[in-house]
Amino acid sequence: MSFGPYLFLAFLEGTVTAFVLALTALGLSLVFGVMRIVNVAHGEFFMLGAVLAWYCSTLLEGSPLAGFALALLLAPLAVGALALASDWLILRRVNYNPESTIVATIGLLYIVQQLVLTFYGPEARPVAAPVYFRVSFPWFGYSGYKLIVAGLAAALLLATWYAMSRTRLGLYMRATQQDLEIAQAFGVPVRRVYATVFALGAMLAAVAGVLIVPVQQAHYLMGLDPLLLSFIVVIIGGLGSLKGTVVAAFLIGISDGMISVFFSPTLAKILATLLVAAVLVFRPGGLFGDNRA
Amino acid sequence: MNKTGRNAKTPSPPAAPVSRRRLLQAGAALGGTAGVAGGVVPGMLASSAYAQGSDRPIRIGFQVHRTGIGAVYGRWYERTANAAAAFINDLGGIAGRPVEIVPEDDGTDPKRGAEVVEKLAVQHKVDFVYGPLFSHVVIGSAPRAGELKIPYFVVSEGYHVASGKLNRYVFQPGITDVRAQVTAIAGWVMDNLGKRVAMIYPDYAFGYDHRDFFSAAAESRGGTITAHLAIPPTESSYTRYFPRIPPDTEVLYHVMVGPGVLTFVKEMGEHFGSRRPEIFGFIDSLEGVDIASPGLGFLDGTYLWEALPRYADGYPTRFEANFRRAVGVDANGASAADGKDVATYSHMFGCWETLFAIKEAVEASGYRTPRDYPALIETLEGFRYFNEGLGHPQGGKQFVGALHQCFGQQFISRVADRRLNVVHRTAIEDGLYPPEADYTKQPL
Repeated sequence: MSFGPYLFLAFLEGTVTAFVLALTALGLSLVFGVMRIVNVAHGEFFMLGAVLAWYCSTLLEGSPLAGFALALLLAPLAVGALALASDWLILRRVNYNPESTIVATIGLLYIVQQLVLTFYGPEARPVAAPVYFRVSFPWFGYSGYKLIVAGLAAALLLATWYAMSRTRLGLYMRATQQDLEIAQAFGVPVRRVYATVFALGAMLAAVAGVLIVPVQQAHYLMGLDPLLLSFIVVIIGGLGSLKGTVVAAFLIGISDGMISVFFSPTLAKILATLLVAAVLVFRPGGLFGDNRA
Repeated sequence: MNKTGRNAKTPSPPAAPVSRRRLLQAGAALGGTAGVAGGVVPGMLASSAYAQGSDRPIRIGFQVHRTGIGAVYGRWYERTANAAAAFINDLGGIAGRPVEIVPEDDGTDPKRGAEVVEKLAVQHKVDFVYGPLFSHVVIGSAPRAGELKIPYFVVSEGYHVASGKLNRYVFQPGITDVRAQVTAIAGWVMDNLGKRVAMIYPDYAFGYDHRDFFSAAAESRGGTITAHLAIPPTESSYTRYFPRIPPDTEVLYHVMVGPGVLTFVKEMGEHFGSRRPEIFGFIDSLEGVDIASPGLGFLDGTYLWEALPRYADGYPTRFEANFRRAVGVDANGASAADGKDVATYSHMFGCWETLFAIKEAVEASGYRTPRDYPALIETLEGFRYFNEGLGHPQGGKQFVGALHQCFGQQFISRVADRRLNVVHRTAIEDGLYPPEADYTKQPL
């Protein structure tokens, strides 16, 4: 393949990766931004979304589109409910203490993972894409559904931005993020905002899982990789910054696409990790984060 | 140093005469009374054998991948090991002693693997340790078995046993290693699919075995490797690799153990469309996966290596049928209880055969307690073959004591109509290679 198409493929791969990354990291970034806690179980919410999508697809066998629609509705609801329950049962009990939350969510990660292994099994199970077509370029073909995933992810990012900047909940969230005590003094129901944000973060992860599962497969260990990448994106972008998350996702996604097509995927991961280190040294708050600290 | 040939140099006491005779008896009983290996186990044999030895059970530690990346394999390995133990107990046990399987999960993790070997040996006081598959776990655990001086029977395929890099306590008597597998099929691939081959393999030891030995075997037959593509084990998107395959490639050779295989196949289809090269793969990637899964349509018309055909019509012998029934697998290679639960059929027979190899070695060596390990090891090293039978349903095997490795036949199947149809069966000789190791020279 000559250089032009090669570059085009790298760009295509990078863009899809970037949108998916942004969507996956968004929930983590929201939770950290507002609540100042790190949810290590974030990847498991992503995995649960994918596994629930598989259940929906078997429920409505024969019609991948209906199964997909059902999953888009059910998976975030179920995962959101689980997140609410864990907020109430775990996070509130440890008083959202950052260190305790890390340990508690590591525990949650293992519980979710092992429950899925027990009840769903160790197999990687495929889910048919809701719409399937192959985009045929003169030099190579590409999955049409991947392009749809990128589009849907972009729409969800826009929706989140709208919710954050134009709704009352968004206002509450931003207020809580800026100053917890002042927000409380102005009557912001901080506890409820915390629970909502935690659930929202989990729901976004679940939606990402539903979108991605036709491209990958539902597997009980699939949450680990997105978790790692989400951390990288969130750290580079600046914890809690929506804009930073998106910019960092594109930085990582496109460079990952280019480097892994032209050199090797391992080199791409090495460079991403180096970038994290550099950001931590020179801008500890991230590219768009609060660097005053 | 091994110029004299593999068999000439191994001391050759008569290989396990007792056990083989018993197996033949059992086989005859089964074949005679039940026709196609029915459910009847020769009760006469069972009762008489137990009566002789009122000994404590032989405890076999089973290092199993219950969790972690190997969990699909682990589940079927455990079912197979339990079925083999039950079957052996019905036959009268090992040397008249009942077999007891002591399972321990290693999380498909090398560090945990070494701990499991130690726990089984020291805490559970098992007679032998057996069962792991994943090469990194075996390579991580084997040194501990050597230090503890406990025989360690792996069912792992990798070339690490036969390469000589492990130790005298590690054996692989139940499954052919990768080097022999790829050597055996290389000729068929060259003759039937094409000589210009691009290889896609996982970026760790198991993949390197494929890369090194298939490349060598292909080049010795006039083939050319047009591309070597190593894929990191956690990869989830493969589109980016396909542009590196030169357009004049005639055959795409793929082996990819990992949960990403369905994506791999789908993206391969998206990339190539109808202008694809011939495709030859190893079923390792698709073990536990239904060939009729959505997204696998692109595999139609491609070829897969199998060690033991998944579909019952691929190798219809009564020994195979007995094995299939005993483990609880239907004619399509799925669990008899749940048609969606597909077996890891090309690997798990190794657990069955290894347990029978242990039985034969124990009985031939007169093993009773761990004090008899040297006798057991030397006896097993003297074995030269395992006969096809109830204990070895995948086929007869040559055993090379110096390498601690067995060599068996391999199958090549074509995917058509969303199932596998055997098109070629290799001979044991096709996979033999000059040995590079001699474990018998190591101290016990």
